[in-house]
Amino acid sequence: MLETVFVAFAVLLSAATFLCLFRAVLGPSAADRVVAINVIGTKAVVIISLISFAFHQEYFLDVAIVYALISFVATVGIAKYLEKGSLE
Amino acid sequence: MEILVIIFLLAGMFFFVVGVVGLLRLPDVYCRLHATTKCDTLGAGLILFGLVLFAGISVDSVKLLLIILFIWLTNPTASHIIAHAAYRNNEPTAEGTHTLDKTERGAACD
Repeated sequence: MLETVFVAFAVLLSAATFLCLFRAVLGPSAADRVVAINVIGTKAVVIISLISFAFHQEYFLDVAIVYALISFVATVGIAKYLEKGSLE
Repeated sequence: MEILVIIFLLAGMFFFVVGVVGLLRLPDVYCRLHATTKCDTLGAGLILFGLVLFAGISVDSVKLLLIILFIWLTNPTASHIIAHAAYRNNEPTAEGTHTLDKTERGAACD
């Protein structure tokens, strides 16, 4: 029964992620886009965890861990590029 | 137990929605960071803790707790780095922003 609830929450979170995409597309500056992408990354980790329990594929949690790691590294890299203009 | 899980999921969803509203409505980069960082960190923590309650004592709940710990460490760090980059990049602030910065650049903003 809770599995249905997990799917419903995953769908709601996907809708929220779609709204964040507006800021990523419209955002007047590059920093706005980075903020939006950071938010989308966090939401994606939560969506993967919900899906893994909704369909009883618990090994998807490893994917969520790796996604969180890579999302952090990407954010740091883009922010450093914004600040210095290079990745030296 | 099921009701407790649903309560945690609803609380996390509430904070996520507040974060999205802040991201879409607030006027400048710093305000948007302020809204999204706290709401996303708390929302992700609540939803994943609800899943921990659902999983019980197993390897999966250890993995979920690892994800929670990692998000709580990295999300504030990433936001600090973005804010630092935006500030050094001279991102404009919203109308009517007052600054307490005593350096040369802060005086220029006043």
